[in-house]
Formats: sequence, C-alpha cells, structure tokens
Amino acid sequence: MSARKKDSEITWRDIELGAVIRTPGNAAEYKTGDWRSEKPTWNKDRCIKCGICALFCPEGCIHHDKEGYFEADFYYCKGCGICARECWTQAITMGPEEQ
Amino acid sequence: MNKTAMTGMEGSLAMAEAVRLANVDVVAAYPITPQTHIVERLAEMVANGELTAAYIPVESEHSAMSACLGSSATGARTFTATAGQGLELMHEVLYVASGLRLPIVMGVANRALSCPLSVWGDHSDVMAVRDTGWIQIFAENGQQAFDLTLCAFRIAEDPKVLFPVMIHIDGFHLSHVVEPLYLLNQEQVRGFLPPFVHPFPLDPDNPVTMGAFTVPILYSEARKSMETALRSTRPLINYVFDEFAKLSGRQYKPVEHYRTEDADTLLLTMGSFSEIAMEAVDHLRDRGDKVGLIRLRLWRPFPFDELRRASENCQTLVVLDRCVSPAGPPGPVCSEVKAALYAQKKRPNVAGFVGGLGGRDLTPGEFVQMVERGKVIAAQGGEEIEFIGVRG
Repeated sequence: MSARKKDSEITWRDIELGAVIRTPGNAAEYKTGDWRSEKPTWNKDRCIKCGICALFCPEGCIHHDKEGYFEADFYYCKGCGICARECWTQAITMGPEEQ
Repeated sequence: MNKTAMTGMEGSLAMAEAVRLANVDVVAAYPITPQTHIVERLAEMVANGELTAAYIPVESEHSAMSACLGSSATGARTFTATAGQGLELMHEVLYVASGLRLPIVMGVANRALSCPLSVWGDHSDVMAVRDTGWIQIFAENGQQAFDLTLCAFRIAEDPKVLFPVMIHIDGFHLSHVVEPLYLLNQEQVRGFLPPFVHPFPLDPDNPVTMGAFTVPILYSEARKSMETALRSTRPLINYVFDEFAKLSGRQYKPVEHYRTEDADTLLLTMGSFSEIAMEAVDHLRDRGDKVGLIRLRLWRPFPFDELRRASENCQTLVVLDRCVSPAGPPGPVCSEVKAALYAQKKRPNVAGFVGGLGGRDLTPGEFVQMVERGKVIAAQGGEEIEFIGVRG
C-alpha cells in the first residue's frame, strides 16, 4: 500500500502488486480504539499489581505505569471487558465510553 | 526457425516435456485422471535426474495449489496439473494465486464433473473456474499442448503480467492421444524463456506481508487493481505469441480463423473439437456453403475486440459449449459471446448448442447439423438450450 495515505484516500492505483504490504509491522498503525463502546477504569485501591489483566488482554494493549499499576492504551483497546471479567480483586470496572 | 525432427508423442507427455525444457523449480501435484500422465512423467524425470526440481507429492489438489502458492512466492518457477474434480477441490486456492499475482502454470486435462461420475472430457471443470482471475488458454492438439505450455511460463512471469496461467487440454482427446509434433531444444527454450525474477519474493531480509486481511474500505480497490491488471495483459500475450512464432514458425492468436473469408455462417469452438469442426467446414465449403470457423484460443482475458472483428460480417454464429449451465443460458461460452456482441451495431444472430459432454464425440456430420439447425434457430428462434448428439 502507498505510504502514509489515509485508507479513505487510497485509490486502486495505489494498491501494490498482489496487494502485498511492504512495510513490516504496519498493522500497529491500525486504530481499533474506536470500536469501543465501554472502557475499563482501574481502581488503584483494589489493584494488587498482579498483571492478570495484561496477560488476558487479547489486544496486548495493557501495560505498567511508572508506579507498577496497569493501564490500557486506548488507541487499541476495543473495550471487550475481558480484563474486568478476569480481575481477581474487581479492581477494573467497565463504564460507558464518553462521546 | 525450428529444425528439430517430427516425433510422435502423447499430449500429456508433450506438456511434461515443455515443463522440463522450462527448467521448472517446483512441481506440486496430485494425480487425477485424465491428467495423471503429465505429473507421472514429471515425477519420473525428477527421479531420473532429467529435471532438477523439487517434486512435492501432496495429499490433495487443495494442498497442491497451496504448495504452489508458497513455492511461487519465493520466486521459484512452479508447475502443477489437474483435472475435473481435482480442479474443483483446489477452487478456493485458485483465487489466492491470482490475487497474490503468482505466476504459477497449470495444465488442466479438461474433464466432466460428477454426478454421474465421469472421467472423460468436457469443459464443465473449466467453466466453474472461469472467474478465478487466471489467464486461460485452450490447446486443440498435442503440438499446442507443448507450445502453449512454454508460452504460458513466458506470459505468466513477465513483469508486465505476473498472473497464473492455465493451459487447457481436452481430457483423453488431447491428454492421451499420440500425435506427430515438433519439439524445441534446450537452447531454443533458454533463449525464449528468461529466468523468473519475482519483484518482491518471500525473503527474511526484506519481509513483506502477502494475503493480508483487507477491510471494506480497501477490498474494492484491491479487486479493481487486480482486474485492471489482468485485462491489461492482452498486448503482452499477443507479443509472446509473436515471439514464439519467430522461434517455432507456429503463430497463435487470441482468436484464430479457418476459412472465414466471405463466410455468412461461422462456427465457434474451443479446444480439440476445433479440428473436427474444420472437417465439417471443409465439407460444407465443398458443397458451396459459405461457412467458416473461429476458435477461441484465449478464454481469459476474453478477446472482445478480436471476436467482434471476426464475427461482424457473418449473419449466423453457431457456438458449441461442452458444458451445461443447468436452467441457465445456453452455455457459458455462448452467453459470453452474446454479451460481447450485444452492443455492436452490426452483429450476427447467435445460436448456441451444448454437446460433447463427458467424453461424447461429436462427428463432422453433427457440426453440419449444428450449422443447419443454427440457421433455423437464428431465423425463427429455438429452445432455450439446444443439445446436439443426445438421443431421444
């Protein structure tokens, strides 16, 4: 695909031969955060920093913050709620995505 | 010009010999009647050291075509062959080959489809893979099985093309018949067929993603890109046929003519039955009828302009389909021919016949019947589907 054009601006003439992608790892540019209808929030008072949320996150988008607590990268987080479902201490709650 | 001596060879073995001379790198295939002799001979060549190639004996045709994808994607010259049910089993993978623009060459020994089970020849298998995005060329004799297989590699691998190519040879009528033909030698083929260089092959040092997931905002663009590319291969196909003519003295064209000058009625055929149709044309010409024959050598990309030019001066065009489109239009070839001519200001009446199914021969006399009945249908109309050579 042609470099750095938005998907909506790519024409059929821009498609590479065989529709191959010649930039390795460019799936990272693909924003899935806008699929979200609910978003997780972490209650640091209940969090024991076990990391089970990060292990279960199917998007791999939950990371440590500087203090060792966990947070989601909302560019990718789809709001699936698996982290909240798996959290042993119910430190994560799913709430409506703000418009 | 080719000065090699005439030899006698079965059509399947002639195709295998062309593949050997093309110095193919990988053959991945599963045997199926009536194609078996092609890959059996190639396996023998590899085992005997006559051909240095990887021969992958896979467990099904689906796997055969899948192995060919991987092989071709690394930049290896790749061949396979199949027929009938085998072509159907690899169906979904055929789209991947053209979508990825992998120049695989495949011989297809055209065969009827079950049920009832038939291993004999017709074009049902071809028509089911019509829209897979492959270049498709029909041979009508053993010589062409050899020649067009060599042309197929040259066409497929050209940087302006990079599409897979099927060479169709009618099951048994071509695959199993020993005919006199001229081969080419290794030096001649080396001069005709340059090494295959894939523009971005699978390579760990220069990684690319092939066959990626495509979202609705891009899929249509990808398909238009591929369709436009396939359509634009036409000049290069003609160029390769011309280059082959310089080498061999045998000139192929997307649409070929036989005694079409001043003809008011034309037959249209594909594959081995063309030679029988020629006999019928000779007979009709002898008795004074102005009848000729056009043969579609190239099935995809469809040769619209050549077909329109070839048929514009005749009054009746009689099309033979060796395939039934059940409860549909007369036959795939006939309906495509009609569609191609519909918008022409000057066009013939088209009459379609279905015959030659599941290994049934059609005689020159039956082609004469088609011409005579075709004129009646053209003037008065006929059944939605007219069969020829069917009892009762």
